[in-house]
Amino acid sequence: MIQVESLTKLYGSHVAIQDVSFKAKKGEILGLLGPNGAGKTTTMRILTAYMPPTEGSASIAGFDVVAQSLDVRRRVGYMPETVPLYPEMSVVEYLAYMGALRRVEDIDERIETVVEEVGLVERSQSFIGNLSKGLRQRVGLAQALLHEPDVLILDEPTIGLDPAQIIEVRKLIQELGRKRTVVLSTHILPEAQQVCDRVLILNKGRIVAKGTPADLQKQLEGVDRFVVQAGCKSSKLLKLFKDIPGVSEVQKGLQEGMIEVSSEGGQDLRPLFARRVVEAGIDLLEIRSTGLDLEKIFVKLTKDDIQTGEEQ
Amino acid sequence: MRNVWIIARREFRHYFVSPLAYAVLTMVFLILGGIFFINIYVGMQMGGISPDGRIVIQPLVTILLFATPALTMRLLADEQRMGTMELLLTAPVRDWELVVGKWLGSFFFMLLILATTWIYPFILDLMTDPGIDQGMLVSAYVGLTFMVASMLAMGVLISSLFKNQVPAFFATLGLLLFLWILGGFAGSGGNPVTRYLSFLGHFYDNLFRGVLHLTDLIYYLSLTILALFLGTQAVEARRWR
Repeated sequence: MIQVESLTKLYGSHVAIQDVSFKAKKGEILGLLGPNGAGKTTTMRILTAYMPPTEGSASIAGFDVVAQSLDVRRRVGYMPETVPLYPEMSVVEYLAYMGALRRVEDIDERIETVVEEVGLVERSQSFIGNLSKGLRQRVGLAQALLHEPDVLILDEPTIGLDPAQIIEVRKLIQELGRKRTVVLSTHILPEAQQVCDRVLILNKGRIVAKGTPADLQKQLEGVDRFVVQAGCKSSKLLKLFKDIPGVSEVQKGLQEGMIEVSSEGGQDLRPLFARRVVEAGIDLLEIRSTGLDLEKIFVKLTKDDIQTGEEQ
Repeated sequence: MRNVWIIARREFRHYFVSPLAYAVLTMVFLILGGIFFINIYVGMQMGGISPDGRIVIQPLVTILLFATPALTMRLLADEQRMGTMELLLTAPVRDWELVVGKWLGSFFFMLLILATTWIYPFILDLMTDPGIDQGMLVSAYVGLTFMVASMLAMGVLISSLFKNQVPAFFATLGLLLFLWILGGFAGSGGNPVTRYLSFLGHFYDNLFRGVLHLTDLIYYLSLTILALFLGTQAVEARRWR
């Protein structure tokens, strides 16, 4: 559905993105993850045919974003980060205007459907200027859905929302992603982990890692982490675990009787741990694989890249 | 082409929810009415009102010089400030359709203003016998319509270059004043080239006097098209930055 090949965009001499390539299938939710200024918005703006790339090419449903930009624009629903709206229009008026520009058939019916989809039925006659940030976000989403696009591009869809709204919007995106391709950008790691099928991590305009959230965790570290809790002192547990083959690091946990174990090679050592504890005559209370959260991976990746960046 | 109508319709309607448009409308009426009243009053003191519709047109031209930038300043600048430009440029709308639609919306509103000012020549016609020269009035209004169309197009062009309405207003006003003054110089000289290029010459020398020449209308029409073309280029250039 989406095909991006070695995309580069320069603003003057500033490199916004460099050599970015990826693909996205139908029914897939792809997350662009990265700090501010990583090139997420630039990538999205190229995909929506808002601006052309300096080098490289991108196509949506087989249409090139530069040469066949009108065809691309017909098939893409886009919610920019700032969610631009006309404050003096009512929700329905605004959707009718955008729908007219997009040649939506049975516009009244479609408006009714999307307004319901995003949960704006009660406020559909309100002026957009009077709506809260969260509700405006929904109007932006309704606008992006109006013409039933194959591809939905959402720039930081949950930024500025309260926690309850964030959960709702994420749920909505997941539902939407079943039928179409969704590209969303975020700098919130759990969001990417939770919502996306695949994640691209961008930093300084380059893709530094890609894969499923689970893949990324493994691929990047090759390290698994476990928490073991047992009915004895932590120090006793530490001794017990030190010489297990495959264990690279053991340290005290948060509570007494709890330790954190890191292992290499990605093999599941939990059965071995359990046996070890029980054979030593200690009550085993809990063994839990914690994994490395994306947060740590992210910090590591971007830090590495910043260092290489400084060398240049 | 349908997009042009959709955008024009929205812009036209937008004037009715913006206080500025009402202010412009009121200003046109108050100033024009005031000048009209003084003219009539003085005419009566002097022993007779001259049946000349130009006592309405002449001040109207000057008022429109200020009204035009007020009507066009937000058209594209505001879209850029609010970020809605990004929505319009990612909708299946061609750049020229956006620019022409914006212009057409403001042109329709301007036509409304012009139509309502007919009330003054109408009153003048009732007050004088045998009435005013209708042909000259029509010629002047046709000329005014074409001239104002080109002024609005220049306003749209300037608005495309700015992110804020206020600088767009002053830049447009500056450009129009510049053409005004240039026209004053060119009109007095005998050089046919400068005479042809004179913005005001086409109006005051011919249309205003009841001489309805196609060349004068074509002059304003080409100016309109040129300004809208440049405006489209400016919108497109925005994509490449």
